[in-house]
Amino acid sequence: MFGLDRKDTVFMLIVVVIALSAPILLNPWPAASQMAQFNAGYPDLMQRFVVYGIFAIGFNILFGLTGYLSFGHAAFLGVGSYAAVWMFKLLSMNIIPAILLSMVVAGLFALVIGYVSLRRSGIYFSILTLAFAQMSFNMAYSVLTPLTNGETGLQLALDDPRILDAANTTNSLPVTNLFGAEMRSSVTWNVGGWSFDFSVGYYVCAVIMLIAFYTSVRIFRSPFGMMLRAVKSNQQRLNYTGINSRPYTLAAFVISGMYAGLAGGLLAAMDPLAGAERMQWTASGEVVLMTILGGAGTLIGPFLGAGFIKYCENIFSKINDQILHQWFALLPDWLENTLVTVLHPFIGKGWHLTLGLIFMLVVVFLPGGLVEGWNRITGLFRRKPKAKPSATTEPAE
Amino acid sequence: MGILEVNGVGKNFGGLKALSNVNLSVKENTVHAIIGPNGAGKSTLLNCLVGKLIPDTGTVTFAGQSVLGRKPHQINQMGISRVFQTPEIFTHLTVMENVLIPCFARRDGSFRMHAFETVANEHDIVEQAEAMLKDVKMLDKRHMLAANLSRGDKRRLEMAMCLVQEPKLLLLDEPTAGMARADTNNTIDLLKEIKASRPITMAIIEHDMHVVFSLAERITVMAQGTPLVEDTPDNIKGHPKVREAYLGEAQV
Ligand SMILES: Nc1ncnc2c1ncn2[C@@H]1O[C@H](COP(=O)(O)OP(=O)(O)OP(=O)(O)O)[C@@H](O)[C@H]1O
Ligand SMILES: [Mg+2]
Repeated sequence: MFGLDRKDTVFMLIVVVIALSAPILLNPWPAASQMAQFNAGYPDLMQRFVVYGIFAIGFNILFGLTGYLSFGHAAFLGVGSYAAVWMFKLLSMNIIPAILLSMVVAGLFALVIGYVSLRRSGIYFSILTLAFAQMSFNMAYSVLTPLTNGETGLQLALDDPRILDAANTTNSLPVTNLFGAEMRSSVTWNVGGWSFDFSVGYYVCAVIMLIAFYTSVRIFRSPFGMMLRAVKSNQQRLNYTGINSRPYTLAAFVISGMYAGLAGGLLAAMDPLAGAERMQWTASGEVVLMTILGGAGTLIGPFLGAGFIKYCENIFSKINDQILHQWFALLPDWLENTLVTVLHPFIGKGWHLTLGLIFMLVVVFLPGGLVEGWNRITGLFRRKPKAKPSATTEPAE
Repeated sequence: MGILEVNGVGKNFGGLKALSNVNLSVKENTVHAIIGPNGAGKSTLLNCLVGKLIPDTGTVTFAGQSVLGRKPHQINQMGISRVFQTPEIFTHLTVMENVLIPCFARRDGSFRMHAFETVANEHDIVEQAEAMLKDVKMLDKRHMLAANLSRGDKRRLEMAMCLVQEPKLLLLDEPTAGMARADTNNTIDLLKEIKASRPITMAIIEHDMHVVFSLAERITVMAQGTPLVEDTPDNIKGHPKVREAYLGEAQV
């Protein structure tokens, strides 16, 4: 269906169902329960999941397929956000023109940076992309202030032209919308002790993510995707086979730049402001972590990695000593206190430590990321395959 | 005029003269063997033909056009395919994908933005690749990762990747090195079949004299960066200079 084979169609449908029912699936604990703090089903966080998922899915088209490790992808995310906010200021609060422009601008930007950076490979390529991204970040802070509003960040103002929108008669800033449906509006459904939020913003992001994911599946299965994997495997052989690898890598770079721009545009669509810190190298590093953690070169891995990191960031960082004391309240005092002291560095602000450890464990024991972990677990339950030579390259889900 | 003309080619690596004043003419639709002791410059000569190296002096023309200054992919698109001395294959891809890539390169040229096609639905190309794998008796291994193949199979795969492009000129750098006797004989038969079935020129570097004398119509003997003699296999066998420079050594 839709140009996918049966296995991919089934897989795609599962992703669709999960994405659409996420507001329920991610809220497994009743709102009043102790565990409610582990619920991730609130619009703001779910939007982050899918937006950073898009970012990582796009990054994976470059890194996972061609092996070119870019350390500057946050620049495209940032450029996308700026482009989108400018659209909100000048044209309309409708998010469609905004995200279209953010993709176009990020794509053009990626074309320029990619054209130069792809003249080198390996570590030199990584350094070039890092240099370009840092340059963009610093310029956004300094000389480009008229475009970026420097340190304050680009924001909406009451007197922005917004030529397509009706004149703003209220005294408050307008909100982003999709043909009138406000991004932040949501419906809450209370059943039993549970409370589920279905927000317009999340569903818009989720549908766009599904389109982005579908596109990536098609690219993976296409001759183009096969050429990109060949670049990673043996670029020299590819050239002696009559393929010019440069335009392929450049196309992959631009496509992944456009994914990043789309993610940046969506961030702005959820919250219409853009700051330079979005382009900082830590943000570029984060998408590398997401992709490797989830499983570079696999279809769903980067998305899982993005979700995992954003979940840790938002949930682990909220746990504090008090909460730990509550959890261990049943234990003897001395044990309770020891446990809390031991766990203290790993929670709250220390969540980076937890994440770092998990990352190290995954890289050492599961080089294929969370997806490999999943495949190993399901492998345990599956019958031993017949003695037929099977491919392990197939980028399985 | 041969389909491949090498004139006065020289190549130095630092102080080392790897090639000096090499002249070689390969006639269309013949099998031309290049033999010579280790370090004679045979692989270096091939490198100059496919754009891996640019010779310091001299000219190389293929079918009347200069290959110098062209990129490897452009030279391949002119109709030259090469099997390397150490197998160059896509080790992370399956055997089938390894053969599909040259098929796409042949159909679509050096670049095409086919991001919304599906490999499995390109039936012509898939059939073509399967037929080729059948010819090299590797069809049953098509789902295997190329990295997991035996050395001999890697060579056969690389040969299949080159042959499926139906090149005008096929360059083979020790295609049977590391193969078992039976595989070597299969390879000889395969190359003979290919040769008989369609117009193709082959230049083959080989240490195994059995292979050379089974296939070659002309033989060039190289030593120390220059061709010593060029003649028919029968004449080469008895040539005193050749015995001295090469055959004596190889038969020890
Ligand atoms: N890239 C290089 N840099 C420096 N020296 C090189 C390079 N390539 C080849 N040589 C040297 O040039 C000489 C010719 O090497 P070449 O590989 O062409 O020999 P060959 O005839 O193919 O030998 P063999 O039968 O062992 O494959 C050797 O002395 C080799 O060490
Ligand atoms: Mg050699």
